[in-house]
Amino acid sequence: MKRTFLTLAAAFLAAQPAFAQTQPPQEPEEFVADVTGAEDSVFRVAVPVFATPQAASTAAGNTTNLAQQIAEVIVTDLRNSRRFQPTGPGGLPAPSFGNVQSPNYGTWQGLGADNLIQGYVQANADGTLTVGCYLFDVDGQSQRARQGFVIQPGEWRRAAHRCADTIYGSLTADSGFFDTRVVYVAESGPPGRRRKQLAIMDYDGANHRFLTQGQWTVLTPRFAPDQRTITFMSYENERPRVYILDMASGRVRPLVEGPYQTFAPRYSPDSRTIVFSMAQNGNTDVYTVPVAGGTPRRLTNAPGIDTGGSFSPDGRQIVFESDRGGSQQIYVMNADGSGQRRISFGGGGAATPEWSPRGDLIAYTQTGSFRIGVMRPDGGGARLLTRDSGEGPTWAPNGRAIMYQRGLGRGQVWYVDVASGATRRVPTPLEGSDPNWSALRPN
Amino acid sequence: MKNPILKGVALTAALIAVAGCGSRRPPTLPPTPGGVDGGQNGANGNQDGWNGTTVPGSRADFIQSVPSDRVFFALDSHTLTAEGRSVLDAQAQWLNTNARVNVTIEGHADERGTREYNLALGERRANAVRLYLESRGVASGRLQTVTYGKERPEAFGSDEASHSRNRRSVTVVPEA
Repeated sequence: MKRTFLTLAAAFLAAQPAFAQTQPPQEPEEFVADVTGAEDSVFRVAVPVFATPQAASTAAGNTTNLAQQIAEVIVTDLRNSRRFQPTGPGGLPAPSFGNVQSPNYGTWQGLGADNLIQGYVQANADGTLTVGCYLFDVDGQSQRARQGFVIQPGEWRRAAHRCADTIYGSLTADSGFFDTRVVYVAESGPPGRRRKQLAIMDYDGANHRFLTQGQWTVLTPRFAPDQRTITFMSYENERPRVYILDMASGRVRPLVEGPYQTFAPRYSPDSRTIVFSMAQNGNTDVYTVPVAGGTPRRLTNAPGIDTGGSFSPDGRQIVFESDRGGSQQIYVMNADGSGQRRISFGGGGAATPEWSPRGDLIAYTQTGSFRIGVMRPDGGGARLLTRDSGEGPTWAPNGRAIMYQRGLGRGQVWYVDVASGATRRVPTPLEGSDPNWSALRPN
Repeated sequence: MKNPILKGVALTAALIAVAGCGSRRPPTLPPTPGGVDGGQNGANGNQDGWNGTTVPGSRADFIQSVPSDRVFFALDSHTLTAEGRSVLDAQAQWLNTNARVNVTIEGHADERGTREYNLALGERRANAVRLYLESRGVASGRLQTVTYGKERPEAFGSDEASHSRNRRSVTVVPEA
């Protein structure tokens, strides 16, 4: 039944003419999560335990254990992406080290696997690990992809994520999103006196650590695409403004000097520019400024609140929200501020726009309901992905999933698969808000 | 109380509680739950037993001398109500009497706006208060604004009674 509804809704949407800018599109369609709807593109993958030439102890544990754990992380990654049906490592035969690159295809055909991932973990004399990862086409009896990493033992999860990204990239037309991190605000304490700390973790919640101690309220952290810096807002010395944190040195500096409050920072795709908001005498506008320093350039000058600027992936446009029309709605402009035009006309109002890295969609928070939705950059095709209250969508680097804060006063970090609407919680030690999903990590 | 730091915290908490008793219910929305009269008599100075101990120009003096240190706003609005202007008239009078005191005007929003929008909205509210106080003769250099958006709620329910208490500006006189 659900599937029928989806099909009808899609046909209805397709029948709509392209929206003229003055013509309001229809209200966003209710989105019905239907995981089986994506069945055609789900790949069946067998992931047996990795092999090791000989059990050896490392700084991150025995290679036999690591071989098991790496396979488990790969299975979890692939399953969480909703585009794979992985099996293993439990219940599958364990290949020997010698068979890692030459699987017994007949065995795997008998088990019904279309694709097979085998790999190994080897401890090296210098204390590093070598992790090898191979993807095989079982029916075609051929190797489809392989990837090898020499890593410090403590980085074994990264090797597993990168292996899963390799598989994702080989079997789908996209790159994966597993070797990524999340910066967010970890929250604790009673309402009204919340302790808010910057924290960083892998996309799956592993390797969690705090970046600030919570003396000052911090909000809305964002990774630079090159991940060398993070921008965020802080109430340090009760003077709220945007800061830049240098990840290598730990140094923190204000983005711009001056008496006015700055907030809502986002990086440009080349990491060189930040679009942000500045409130001046009751009027908030969108500005850009070079990360290296310089004079802010004012892009909007409408009376009212213009905020939430987010660059398009080619850096040429900026999507932002404005209440200049009476309610919060989404607008697009060129990166120099010219050509401002409203794209959303939904009655519910729309805020916190985030341009997808693929360029095809803009994620937003529907005001009032606090549901997360997506629309095309022309404002058409709007649909809601989540049912519960939340805000602040942030894209996976391949544009296939959106992380967001679920819950308002006491938030959690979740992500939703854009195709199916399936949601998943990212485990965090405290409550969480304002997540930002990084690009794929540089090698 | 063997730990002096803990003792200090307890004393601070007690001071906050005293200040809370001294501040009066705002003459406008929202009403105090339970209809308790917060002591609005003597709104212009004659404080019951406080005058002898209060330092002129102090935060306590301000709290006792004005009908409220805060004004409230309608949803998604920064327009001052008639009640709000009346409160600010009294605040301006006090500020003009205590011309050496600089104050910070906090702007706050309820939880129903998105985070960044609410930061802008809080600034807009604080600025509306600043402009009004200026129009009543308070020098602009004495008025600093800060927005907290929805980050510092005072009422924690998800009902209108709580929301209306959080949509506020607070005029903060520095601690002595």
